[in-house]
Amino acid sequence: MNLNLLILVPFLTAMAILFCRSLPAVRSIALAGSAIQLVLSLVLFYLFSQERMVNESLMLFEQNIVWFKTLNINYHIGVDGISVSMILLTAFVVLAGVLVSWKMPKATGGDGEMGREFFFLLMFLSLGAYGFFISLDLFTLFFFLEVAVIPKFLLIGIWGSGKKEYAAMKLALMLMGGSALVFVGLAGLYLNTYTATGLHTFDILEIANMSINHDMQLLFFPFAFVGFGIFTAIFPFHTWVPDGHSSAPTAASMFLAGISMKLGGYGCLRAAVLLMPEAAHYYSGWIVALSAIAIIYGAFATMMQTDLKYINAYSSVSHCGFVLLGIGMLTHTAIMGAVMQMVSHGLMTALFFAAIGMIYERTHTREVKKLGGLLKIMPFISTVFVIAGLCSLGLPGFSGFVAEMTVFVGAWEQVDAMYRLATILACASIVVTAVYILRAVGKAIMGPIADQHHLELTDARWNEKMAAGILIIGIVAIGIAPFWLTELVTPGTTAIMNQLNGF
Amino acid sequence: MNYANYIYLIPLLPLLSFLLLGFFGRKYVGSASGWVGVLSLGTSALLSVYTAFRYFFVDGLMDGKYQTIIPVKMEWLRFSETLSIDMGILLDPVSVMMLVVVTFVSLMVHLFSIGYMKGEERYATYFSYLSLFTFSMLGLVLSTNIFQIYMFWELVGVSSYLLIGYYFTKPSAVKASKKAFIVTRFADLGFLIGILILGFSGGSFDFATLIATLTNTQSPELTTMISSSFLGITLLSWALTLVFIGGAGKSAMFPLHIWLPDAMEGPTPVSALIHAATMVVAGVYLVARMFPVFALDPAVMQLITITGIISAVLAAIIACTQTDIKRVLAYSTMSQIGYMMFAMGISGYAFNDTGYTGSLFHLFTHAFFKSLLFLGAGAVIHYVHSNEMKDMGGLRKSMPITHITFLLACLAIAGIPPLAGFFSKEEILLAAWESNKTVYFMALGTSALTAFYMFRLYFSIFWSKEAAHHDNHHGEGTFTMKLPLLLLAGCTIGAGLIPFSNFVTSNNIPEKMELHLLFSIAPVLLAVLAIGIAAMLYKNENDKPDKIASSVNALYRTALNKFYIDEIYLFITKKIIFNLIAKPAAWIDRNIVDGLMNLLGNATIIVSDEAKSVQSGKVQWYALAFLGGILILTVAFIYLY
Repeated sequence: MNLNLLILVPFLTAMAILFCRSLPAVRSIALAGSAIQLVLSLVLFYLFSQERMVNESLMLFEQNIVWFKTLNINYHIGVDGISVSMILLTAFVVLAGVLVSWKMPKATGGDGEMGREFFFLLMFLSLGAYGFFISLDLFTLFFFLEVAVIPKFLLIGIWGSGKKEYAAMKLALMLMGGSALVFVGLAGLYLNTYTATGLHTFDILEIANMSINHDMQLLFFPFAFVGFGIFTAIFPFHTWVPDGHSSAPTAASMFLAGISMKLGGYGCLRAAVLLMPEAAHYYSGWIVALSAIAIIYGAFATMMQTDLKYINAYSSVSHCGFVLLGIGMLTHTAIMGAVMQMVSHGLMTALFFAAIGMIYERTHTREVKKLGGLLKIMPFISTVFVIAGLCSLGLPGFSGFVAEMTVFVGAWEQVDAMYRLATILACASIVVTAVYILRAVGKAIMGPIADQHHLELTDARWNEKMAAGILIIGIVAIGIAPFWLTELVTPGTTAIMNQLNGF
Repeated sequence: MNYANYIYLIPLLPLLSFLLLGFFGRKYVGSASGWVGVLSLGTSALLSVYTAFRYFFVDGLMDGKYQTIIPVKMEWLRFSETLSIDMGILLDPVSVMMLVVVTFVSLMVHLFSIGYMKGEERYATYFSYLSLFTFSMLGLVLSTNIFQIYMFWELVGVSSYLLIGYYFTKPSAVKASKKAFIVTRFADLGFLIGILILGFSGGSFDFATLIATLTNTQSPELTTMISSSFLGITLLSWALTLVFIGGAGKSAMFPLHIWLPDAMEGPTPVSALIHAATMVVAGVYLVARMFPVFALDPAVMQLITITGIISAVLAAIIACTQTDIKRVLAYSTMSQIGYMMFAMGISGYAFNDTGYTGSLFHLFTHAFFKSLLFLGAGAVIHYVHSNEMKDMGGLRKSMPITHITFLLACLAIAGIPPLAGFFSKEEILLAAWESNKTVYFMALGTSALTAFYMFRLYFSIFWSKEAAHHDNHHGEGTFTMKLPLLLLAGCTIGAGLIPFSNFVTSNNIPEKMELHLLFSIAPVLLAVLAIGIAAMLYKNENDKPDKIASSVNALYRTALNKFYIDEIYLFITKKIIFNLIAKPAAWIDRNIVDGLMNLLGNATIIVSDEAKSVQSGKVQWYALAFLGGILILTVAFIYLY
């Protein structure tokens, strides 16, 4: 399959949107575009599985085009199971995000609702994400990372709520700071590569086959890892998450937590751990310590939040800690768990934000104290909220359980006392998660009706039902039959493990 | 018919009715929902009885030993070469026995609920939750490995949560559901870590493999688990203790019992099913399932014994003072599970098989008479619209069937022959007598207390004052409410006559059941005496109970307030965890960690304000600054290099 289609479809959709005049036209095109994306990603999944049976090579559907000859920058693309799972995640979240934004969020500062610009940016963001996940060249990878960052700033700044300028600024600053670190790390890596032609190379597969100088690995690994880590809310650079999410419009929150935070985890694996395995071993203790802190500290901080979006944002910090914990453990099972957690958290948090967005749109509040008894008023939305909550607290049958357990089992393979302690702390977070999720559900969804005006509110519309349905299908598909995901991911994670064990 | 051909239907039918009622129940099925549930559960129950018959009488027994049969098994999630979670169905005497108990009681509860829940707005939802629970519970008892049991363990927890919170507009129900989930979740954390230790040290999550490797004294896994220790306790003890904590949480053992009395906020039939007959005995089931491994470690078995007997005594004392009839029953449940638990315990460290068989026998009979008591209480509550004893009294004439069946169940739990409770309790007492006299005398005292509080309950409901104040508009209840009472009463009479040790023993080799009639004289006499005292105090309305209560005021107050255990928990959670951990964490995050980030940001913003006159807006400025920064870094790098 030609992977360029994954970039082309969002690009063409975005272009088509620019030529539309009315909101209905814009959103229909966006919907069609994202539906095609989903179909495309499913086709990719199918073709990949077919091809995988006969083709042993690590990356499939490769293409390599020279971009800048002198610097040896290539447009090199290809996918392994990890990328395919990320692409599937992106396609699910994008379609759900477009559906949720059917009734545009209110824009400020511009004229009217600016639907065209909104959907244009959404499409652009997805383009960046797809490009990022198929890149096999560090420069291309970085390029697409940047493509995915800029729309977020505008989405929050224009269509956000609350302290949105502050939040947008903070997010942009911290993510760009992260990108700068990534750039330094990748550039450093580049300068330490040597090919037969005497040129340096950005090519991931080539770098993976050569061994980078040990000291240089130690020097540049932290740049790349922390840089990508900021996207995945590595402690203590996670503070953009609560502010950013809470101010963003619903779809942007979904994209931010569902896709953008995964760019970081994927980057950590693909660029940092795969290419600098010695350094990964060297820093593994630090990564594990920081992620264990993020998990438990994030969970406790969530307990104190009263705004639904803050609750989910802080809980994302805690849950993304599992991704980094899995990566830092450097065992096959744990890394597989990290990938599964990325997919699972992406779907689940998008669902959560979608439900919160639906509630906010109707009640105009996200304060838990001002909500109550929503189950009686809007049963569908409340059920969605409860499902997202149950997935978040790791209920079997939903994806969260599978991913978390894989991380725990993988983490337990590390017998060192410090790693064990980190694992136990991470396990302990499941209790704290239950506390904050049930508090939110108990107050907002159950309990007596807080505000009599809420009685007039309506339940979900068709588009919202579809959005939630799509995400729930994803969550349940992993939760009930996790084997397809592990099968998909295993060759990719095995390659990373070979790299880690191979020096 | 091969087991593999139909056995999966037993758990799947309830799952199907859950999905059907969950998705379409409210709109399309409506008032037929109850019958959908009954139909699916009825089929499941029939298949279970058929399985039990076949297993015990046709092909389970081979070479004088009941075989473990695994008709269905598939790999579900592979972690590494050795470790994976499988989904499967395991048949052995314990699981087959549980299969019958769960499906039968669930069917009775479904039937009863048709009348009891009539007219509820979320009628279909109620039945879908009941089906979900039954599915999860069946999955739990049929598990082939410890991770599968953990998964269904969580699922029964969540169905219990949903059902306790069924009346979700009531703040007390919401609070109780939260409490139940969180307390058991806390216990499950121990369970999970225990599973990890056991799985890694034993090299598998599978029960059969785990038991085989760990009980083989030559195996290197066992040696490592016994030789390596942490904080002076061996790894094996840690693992088993942690697993047991999980079981203690679910089975409401002291000190993790605080959720069970509050769980009575749920509809009464739910309490009968989940919080009396099935889910709360999961802890006992867990110990039984891994009994050979538990038996390796006498220290843990002693811990189990102590936990069990403390729970039994404590709960019985509290039950004597409660006035909410469901709470009396809840504490009574806790006390009876305490019996099962300590019987398991002494059986393990004293190698006394009577304890194991007695424990599961009591689990079996208790399921029938306790669900009967709860359903009877449900019928009473349905009639008088109150949970409080003071609102009841003299109901024996207006509710004859409820009265008789309730009386039978009270006699059974008090241990009066020839009802079911007598046989199972005698077996437990016998095991205690043979192994540990202290435990025996404590258990004997508890059994007298049990008889006393049960008849306090009985007399307060059906005798006491001659109340004719009930302007009853719906009589004793519909036929679907009376039928389960009668059927369960039948079991309460008959279940004890089953020669249980012919079927369930710790090594699956059937044994002859022996009756020790002389031994039974003391407990029965004590029970009769206790009933007599209860009759004296509560049969007619008088002020004697108050006088006694005030003469032992301090003890009475302490017991009435449940030994202030809730308050202790409240102190730990609210004062310590909330104020000393969560609040500071949130504060540090907003003010220190984020403060540092803002400081960084502010520095940049000041610069950007300076540049405002030059630049038209912030976005461009940042993009420019960003690109410039990268450029400078790149140049610096190339230069340095």
